[in-house]
Amino acid sequence: MNIRSQMSMVFHLDKCLGCHTCTVACKNIWTDRKGAEYMWFNNVETKPGTGYPTKWEDQELYKGGWEKKGNSIELKGAGKLKGLLNIFHNPNLPVIDDYYEPFTYKYLNLIESPQSDVQPVARAVSLITGKPLDIKMGPNWDDDLSGTPDYARKDPNLAKLTPAEQEAMFQLEQMAFYYLPRICNHCLNPACVASCPSGAIYKRGEDGVVLIDQNVCKAWRMCITACPYKKTYYNWSTGKSEKCLLCFPRIEVGEAPACMHSCVGRIRYLGVLLYDADKIEAYASADEKDLISSQLDIYLDPFDPKVIAEAKANGIADSTIKAAQASPIYKFVKEWKIALPLHAEFRTLPNLFYVPPMLPVMATISQNTNDNDTLHEKAKAWDDSWLYDTSLDEIFGNIENMRFPLKYMASLFGAGDEKLMAEKLKKLMAIRIYRRHITVGDISKEKSDAALAEVGLDIPMAEAIYKMTSLAKFDDRFVIPAAHREEAIEMLESTADVKGNTGFGWTPKPARGI
Amino acid sequence: MDGFWFGAFPYIALTLFVVGTIYRYKVGFKYSSLSSQFLESSHFQKGSVPFHVGILVVFFAHLIALLFPNISFGGHMLVSMETLMLSFSLIAFVGLAILFYRRITNQRVLMVTNKMDIAIEVLLLIQFFIGIYITVSLKWGSAWYASDMVPYLQSVFTFHPDVVAISASPLLIKLHVVFAFLIVLLIPFSRLVHFLVAPLHYITRPYQIVRWNWNPKTIRDPNTPWKDAVQRPKNN
Ligand code: SF4
Ligand code: SF4
Repeated sequence: MNIRSQMSMVFHLDKCLGCHTCTVACKNIWTDRKGAEYMWFNNVETKPGTGYPTKWEDQELYKGGWEKKGNSIELKGAGKLKGLLNIFHNPNLPVIDDYYEPFTYKYLNLIESPQSDVQPVARAVSLITGKPLDIKMGPNWDDDLSGTPDYARKDPNLAKLTPAEQEAMFQLEQMAFYYLPRICNHCLNPACVASCPSGAIYKRGEDGVVLIDQNVCKAWRMCITACPYKKTYYNWSTGKSEKCLLCFPRIEVGEAPACMHSCVGRIRYLGVLLYDADKIEAYASADEKDLISSQLDIYLDPFDPKVIAEAKANGIADSTIKAAQASPIYKFVKEWKIALPLHAEFRTLPNLFYVPPMLPVMATISQNTNDNDTLHEKAKAWDDSWLYDTSLDEIFGNIENMRFPLKYMASLFGAGDEKLMAEKLKKLMAIRIYRRHITVGDISKEKSDAALAEVGLDIPMAEAIYKMTSLAKFDDRFVIPAAHREEAIEMLESTADVKGNTGFGWTPKPARGI
Repeated sequence: MDGFWFGAFPYIALTLFVVGTIYRYKVGFKYSSLSSQFLESSHFQKGSVPFHVGILVVFFAHLIALLFPNISFGGHMLVSMETLMLSFSLIAFVGLAILFYRRITNQRVLMVTNKMDIAIEVLLLIQFFIGIYITVSLKWGSAWYASDMVPYLQSVFTFHPDVVAISASPLLIKLHVVFAFLIVLLIPFSRLVHFLVAPLHYITRPYQIVRWNWNPKTIRDPNTPWKDAVQRPKNN
């Protein structure tokens, strides 16, 4: 066993408002610079939708991630052979138009234009060329536009659905969408690291954060192809690739990353998981149907005395082990088993887990409405009881009839395993039933108990899930082990090397080379 | 005149090359291939691949002939050697011409173009043109290169510059040599630096890289002497 600690995350999708506060917080700190305008280390997508960059999930298009070859795995569009052969021109590199051309507006026109009969306008101009631009695409262009043909219907996850199922999904009364906030997953088997010919990308041993060494990056641009989540970005101005750094200067001093700290819906949780680094390769090469279960297997029980002893022997600090025991991530992923990785089939072993959304499940169209009524007619006489059926007579009936086919949800969060997906949704549903029994009281105790029993939950656990989901305070959501502030600088450089010097060295301005 | 261009200039160029490269490498951030494929990909493909393949073949052919001047070609070998050089120089020339055209016509690429990029591309275009012209007009360069040029180049690299060895050569060849040293001089001051860090070490390294800032096993052990504790462990 080779135990290491990993900063990991849970995003609870039912709670996400799609407000983009996280995105803006991140943008203001990290990517508000020339060459980085188009980068969004954190972005929030509307699902179903095409996302950012457009259709990033379609690996036939972008060739990201790993694929199974025999008993082992290979990078799909990069790697030693493919990477070096394609170094003069990478055929799998997305270009800026796959994201969008960054733009601003000529606001000064509004103030400086002379008096005239017409309103002055602030034209859009490209942030690359400075020339006027017809905006065709933006970072969240499909925001809330789930129903339009350009976005939702081109969602790569629909490929697995039959045309009839797809059609059913887009019936007006079926229509639903939810938000998918994404950051770098700080994977255990990162494709970006493996693809970098210079060896500029690395995983920090201490906390598993994946970073790009800006001095070593030489713009061979293979990581852009290799990351299946498209979370490394090429700075076209400085000629260096950049990515989410999990706000490591913040977590080193015990603060939550900016996106998490600012999250309005409080959907984000951060904590430590202990894992066995010796198993990474074997588990990343598992059969597709076992991928999720084996990934969840790699994380170890921080209460197990054997694990604790091994972790200590491996130099993991006591504070980190304590943090692992209090980690909300461990609870969501391992104890309660209600969070799943996004697109596990990319085989990077991502460390960002999602509690799948119930929204598309909960309300089904009521069966007892008069089919002859047009929706318009119905809308005139709104009555909670008829349009959407949220009654829970058939305890889990709604799950199979959910507005999004299970297949669609499973394609995102279950590596295609519908049974697994249904299991998680049923658990979430059972907790709702239980809470409704407590707070509203229109569901009997028997029913609530039966629902919990069927998914293997007991009342204390249901209470704990409910509390962590709805009432968790800052310190419950973010359990960040001390990097020991006094030692934090040593994570960047060896202080002994610079003893006797003034300060800690000189950092040149990150400007474009000649 | 020959004394400066063939006796002194090569050393000025080589010195600036070495000093400049070390400086560039030390100030790591600005060291990059500065690829612009992200802004424009399809013309880039048509230019970059032939240019790079062409220039590599031509460069190594010159280098090998310089290192092993005793390999002599006769008959068929000579003709095929000549054809090889000519075709790869043409491939590189055409590729570079496409890249140059793209650089000055594509608005986005123009925004990330500086004077040095233009200078270096023009210089390389001229150099290729002269090289191709020499191959065509002064027949069987593969033969006379070893006997006429290599002695001069060797004299430069062994620090006994023999200006006489080259002074009788035709003007075109002299120009080709001067331009070559000029390009060498400009390497550290242009994007050409990137060829010095061709990532061949990728072939042998393990795919995953983990960097430890300290050795976690020893750093927390009170018995570890101070000087061992601060020694960084080998990565991975
Ligand atoms: S999500 Fe992408 S960029 Fe982040 S660690 Fe995984 S492969 Fe690398
Ligand atoms: S801030 Fe939170 S709630 Fe708002 S979009 Fe981001 S993740 Fe969702």
